[in-house]
Amino acid sequence: MMFLRYAGYRFLTMLLTLAVVSVLIFIIINLPPGDYLSNQIAELQATGQAEGVAKAEFLRREYALDRPLWEQYLIWVGALPGPQGFSGLLQGDFGWSFEFDAPVADIVGDALWLTVLVNLAAVLFVYMVALPLGVLAAARSATWVDYSTAFIGYLGLATPNFLLALILFYYGHKHLGLPIGGLMSPEFEGEPMSFDKVKSILVHLIIPTFVIGTSGAAGMMQRLRANMLDELSKPYVETATAKGLSPTRLLTKYPLRMAFNPFVADIGNLLPAMVSGSVLVSVVLGLQTIGPALLTALKSQDQFLAAFVLMFVALLTLIGTMISDLLLVLLDPRIRYGAREG
Amino acid sequence: MSILPDGRFVDDAPYDPNVDLSAVDRSDMDASNWLLVWRKFRRHRLGLVSGIFLLVAYLAIPFAGFFSPYTPNERSAEYLYHPPQAINLWHENEFIGPFVYPTQAKADLENFRWNYTVDETLPMPLHFFCTGAEYNLFGFVPTKMHLFCAPEGATVFILGSDRLGRDIFSRISYGAQLSLTVGLIGITVSFLLGITLGSVAGYFGGSTDWLVNRAIEILRSLPELPLWLALSAAVPSNWGPVSVFFIISIILGILDWPGLARAVRSKFLSLREEEYVRAAEMMGAKPSRVIRRHLLPNFMSHLIASATLSIPAMILGETALSFLGLGLRAPAVSWGVMLNDAQNLASIEIYPWTAIPMLPIIIVVLAFNFLGDGLRDSLDPYKV
Repeated sequence: MMFLRYAGYRFLTMLLTLAVVSVLIFIIINLPPGDYLSNQIAELQATGQAEGVAKAEFLRREYALDRPLWEQYLIWVGALPGPQGFSGLLQGDFGWSFEFDAPVADIVGDALWLTVLVNLAAVLFVYMVALPLGVLAAARSATWVDYSTAFIGYLGLATPNFLLALILFYYGHKHLGLPIGGLMSPEFEGEPMSFDKVKSILVHLIIPTFVIGTSGAAGMMQRLRANMLDELSKPYVETATAKGLSPTRLLTKYPLRMAFNPFVADIGNLLPAMVSGSVLVSVVLGLQTIGPALLTALKSQDQFLAAFVLMFVALLTLIGTMISDLLLVLLDPRIRYGAREG
Repeated sequence: MSILPDGRFVDDAPYDPNVDLSAVDRSDMDASNWLLVWRKFRRHRLGLVSGIFLLVAYLAIPFAGFFSPYTPNERSAEYLYHPPQAINLWHENEFIGPFVYPTQAKADLENFRWNYTVDETLPMPLHFFCTGAEYNLFGFVPTKMHLFCAPEGATVFILGSDRLGRDIFSRISYGAQLSLTVGLIGITVSFLLGITLGSVAGYFGGSTDWLVNRAIEILRSLPELPLWLALSAAVPSNWGPVSVFFIISIILGILDWPGLARAVRSKFLSLREEEYVRAAEMMGAKPSRVIRRHLLPNFMSHLIASATLSIPAMILGETALSFLGLGLRAPAVSWGVMLNDAQNLASIEIYPWTAIPMLPIIIVVLAFNFLGDGLRDSLDPYKV
């Protein structure tokens, strides 16, 4: 019961945060002077094409870009009725992409699911790599195992993601025959799900997952190692050793559980970084996630598309953080419900 | 260990008169805090080496023009995508001193690339302290003096040349000027914001604290890169390279402060209950004085260590932004701008040296990490 109440509270704060974030995003998107349409109108007028101007003017009115900013915001969110049936985010109308001349929903479409998929795969990768390596590094601290994992970890932190992506792509293709570019073979694009399509996606996922996950895994490995070392120096470990508990059993039975809490709590730090990484890597590797769309939209001031992608990315992180908070409460009953004040 | 005839054990090590003194009475504990920190830091090898390396790198920045044989935007139209050249000392078992072999470009019209043939019969010694293209030493002293330049009729591309025939080595050393300072400016901005907001929130508490805390939470839960992208997309395209550089560093700093503010706030929450704070307040010190003179010096060292650890994130951030074409732009030279050329697989495969700027990035980021770790470990000299 308490847990449900806490979950409800947590959900409400997430919604509030999202509302604030939407204001922030709207302001940032509107920072550059003018908008896509007014730029287009100016350009058309300069070249003397009158018929294009009329269409652009119509779109401007249709999407309320001629109103004051606060009204634009409310209309975009869906709190105020827009002119001519533009109903806003809350009712599932994401607006019109001027750059691609199509509804935003059509353009992002599949990309949303692929974005979630790529990030999920990366998070899984981080856990699968960081957990055993971090524990191993702590259990065999100050040996070559420890040093080599630390070295790889530091290298993972220091290499720019996009370069790692390019290099791995090149060598992965050359030596392992891994496919280049995209998240599936071209013949599957727009096709319904099938076994072959899933297989193609999985093969294409290998390198992006690795690239996005590396820096996250490196950081998490270091934290896990530090936590484990703290636990291992406690008296109960000594007692257990003295009583003759086997090293593996000793390690997994108590210290690992203790060190696990921060591990789950870390999702909150991990996820924003992963989503950032996935945007960058998607642009470099041409993955069909929303990363490339965001970049083009930002460069051409295609405001509805850019704002929607930013909102989606923020929502993804917020949901992830919320899940990690809830998991943490389930995992460790000592953690207090309610606000963290104090 | 030796055993006396009556069976007692006696330690052979000489008697240490200090062994029973508690830590506070020991002579070296009289030293000032900074000296103790230095003594402990000195033993952290990796951190020390990294610190010295970074110091040298930053001190060399004003001399970038002097060390590089070319200026960053100087093009050699006959030498596009020139592979790295070796600088040799011996020619046919004879010592000549540093020299290069001249090369000749030939277009390969089948694969559409340039091939270079090296003429190994003709060693051409490098010139030292020679005159080359004009540049500004320290940014304002116009001079033509270079440490070394290519002999006439040959080139000296230590790390190769790029698609416009510009020397990559020279561009890397010029690029260091922007790439290395971006982190410093960013961290200053983030420091000012983080310390001000964090200390105000922690000291006053109540609704201020609530507000700052929510702001921190919101900013921390957002992915950085898309926000960086959005903010830098808002930089007008007609701005000069210098203003773009400053605004980019400020953007990097603006999104970095929450972590710092959080640390400052939690520290303030506990420190504001201490007696010396109460005493200062009773003597009529204003909050700003209490914060600046009594509270902040307490953990300034920790803040410096954490700043060292967040500079690399900014350097990587600048690289990523410039790489995507939303950061620094073409006439400006930074490592990220250079990597922009290495964006496709073709250049990695055919001209791998265009990706060389990644090496200085990796080295600098690693050095900052090691330095930060070393500082963090040695900042508490009383802890064994």
